[in-house]
Amino acid sequence: MALTAADVGRLADLARINLTPDELAHLAPQLDVILEAVAQVSDVASQDVPPTSHALELTNVFRDDVVQLSLPVAAVLAAAPATQDDRFRVPRILGEEA
Amino acid sequence: MNELLRLTAADLADRLASAEVSAREVTQAHLDQIEATDDVVQAFLCTDPERALASASAIDDRRAAGETLGRLAGVPVAVKDIFTYSGLPTTCGSRILEGWLPPYNATITQRLLDADLVILGKTNLDEFAMGSSTENSGYQVTHNPWDVDRIPGGSGGGSAAALAAFQAPLAIGTDTGGSIRQPASVTGTVGVKPTYGGTSRYGVVAMASSLDTPGPCARTVLDAALLHEVIGGWDPRDSTSINAPLPDLVGAARRADVSGLRVGVVREFSGEGYAPGVLQRFHEALSVLESLGAEIVEVSCPHFTYALSAYYLIMPSEVSSNLARFDAMRYGLRVGDDGVRSVEEVMNLTRGAGFGDEVKRRIIIGTYALSSGYYDAYYGSAQKVRTLITRDFEAAFAEVDVLVSPTTPTTAFRIGERADDPLAMYMADLCTIPSNLAGNCAISIPCGVSPQDNLPVGFQVMAPPLADDRLYLVGAALERELSARWGGGILLDQLADSAAGAHLNVARKGR
Repeated sequence: MALTAADVGRLADLARINLTPDELAHLAPQLDVILEAVAQVSDVASQDVPPTSHALELTNVFRDDVVQLSLPVAAVLAAAPATQDDRFRVPRILGEEA
Repeated sequence: MNELLRLTAADLADRLASAEVSAREVTQAHLDQIEATDDVVQAFLCTDPERALASASAIDDRRAAGETLGRLAGVPVAVKDIFTYSGLPTTCGSRILEGWLPPYNATITQRLLDADLVILGKTNLDEFAMGSSTENSGYQVTHNPWDVDRIPGGSGGGSAAALAAFQAPLAIGTDTGGSIRQPASVTGTVGVKPTYGGTSRYGVVAMASSLDTPGPCARTVLDAALLHEVIGGWDPRDSTSINAPLPDLVGAARRADVSGLRVGVVREFSGEGYAPGVLQRFHEALSVLESLGAEIVEVSCPHFTYALSAYYLIMPSEVSSNLARFDAMRYGLRVGDDGVRSVEEVMNLTRGAGFGDEVKRRIIIGTYALSSGYYDAYYGSAQKVRTLITRDFEAAFAEVDVLVSPTTPTTAFRIGERADDPLAMYMADLCTIPSNLAGNCAISIPCGVSPQDNLPVGFQVMAPPLADDRLYLVGAALERELSARWGGGILLDQLADSAAGAHLNVARKGR
C-alpha cells in the first residue's frame, strides 16, 4: 500500500479541504506511515468478533414531547459570517454562472 | 508571593466558608499570578477578569447575607477552551473558530456557575483537542512549568499547566484518548477521565463523540473528587449521559483505604519504549500500595497492544464526520466569498485555511477509513478490536478491583521533538487509550519525579464503568503515603520551592 499525493488530494476533495501542493507533498508520506501502522487491527479482527460502535449499550433515548424555548434568532445569527433578512447568507449553491 | 496560591481547593473552600478570606481576594490573587507568569507558561487563551471579580464579589455578598453556598463557592477554576461559555470566545484552539462567541453555556460550565465557582478564563489546547503536546494549538504553544522547554502534554496542556503554575487550583478538561491524564502525568497534577456518560458532553465541541469524556483536573485527589461531584451526573441534554447517581467520590477520597484491594498490573504496559525512570517510580508506587495492604497481581490484557491502532482509526473516522459542521456557513471563518465562488469552493478554501496540519491529517485518515472498499479492513476491524479490548477489561475486572500502569511511557518531551513524527506523538497515549475505547474510568496521580530528568511521573489507575469511586480510593491512599515519604506536601510543592520553579514565584518563605 502506498498512499500517493494524488490519493490524498482526492480524499481532501471528498473532505472539502483545499490543500496546497506543499501540503500534499508533506502530508502524503505521513498518512501512509500512519495507515500502515494502524492496519494491524485486521490481524485480530476475526469473523466471530462482533463490532462495538459505542461503549454504552443504549438504544433510542427519548425525552418528553414538550415545547421549550429555543435560542432567539438574533443570538443564532450573531456569529454568522454573513446574514440577510434574518437568514444565513451563503455563496451560490448552483453550478451555473452567477 | 501570595500564600493563597499554594492552597488546595478544599483548604481554600474552608477559608472562604469561615470568611477568613474573600472570594474577591482569592480571585484577584489568581488573576495576578496569571498576569505574572503566563507570558512564559502560555496556559490561557483568554481571561475574564471583570466577570470573575464581579461574580466573586457577588458570592462574598451572598455569603455575608447568610446564604447557603456550594461547597466550592468562591474557588477559581480554569476551563479548557472547548466548553462553551457565553461572553467569552470558544475557539477550540482553532483558527476556524477565532473569535466565535457561543450563544449558550455547556452543561458543565453551567454547573460550575451554579455551584458558585469563579471561572478565570479559557485554557489552551491542541486544535479541537487533537494532540498530546498542545503544540497543535492554532494560537500558542503552552510550556511545562517544570521545564519551559518541554511540552505540558495534550490536548489539555493549558489546564494542566495552569494548575502546575499555581494560576488556578482547579481546571476542567476533556479526555478522548488521554487528554486529561497524560497532561496531568507530565505536569505532576491529578487528572480524571470519568466513566463515559458520567459527565455531560452538551456544549463540549465534539471531537470523537463515542470517546469524548469531560473530567476534573486538580492538584490533589480530594480536590478532583470535589470538582467531579460538581460537574458529574445525568444530563437530559446529552442522550449518552448515564441516568444513575454518582458514587460517593469525596467519601472515597477521604477514606483512602486500599487494604484488601486487588490491584492488577497490566503486563502489556511495560518494557520497550518505557523510560527506566518512569518504570522505577511506577514500581515504587506499587510497593507503596502493597505496604498499605493492597494485593498486587499481574494481569494480561492481550489486545491492549492493538488499542492505539484501533483508536487511530475510530477517532479519525468520528472526527471526519463531526468536523464536517465547520462549513463556513453559519458561524466561524469564511474565506473566499467573493460573490463568484460556489459554496463548495468557499468551503474548501475555508477548511484549508482554518484547520491546522493535525486536524487535516485526521480528517483525511477518517475519510479514507470510512470509504467504500476500505471500510471493512479499517473501521470495521477497529470496531472489532474495540470489542476485544472491552472483553480484556471485563476478564481483568473479574479478577481484580482496579488495573494500574504508568500513565504515559515517558516524562515530558521537548517542544518540537515529535512535531514532525505523528506516530511518535501518538505513542504518548499508549496506556490511556484502552479506557476510552471501553468507556471505563481512569485517573492519573503524580508518583514522583524521574531520577533521569527530575520531571514528574504519573501513575494510572483504571476501574470498571461506574466505579469511579475506586479511582479516588486508590489515588488518595497513594497520594497520602507518598506525601509522608516525601516529608509532607504534594509533588508540585517540590517544584514550587525549587530553583526550577523560581519563575512561578510561589516559593514558601524560609526555604
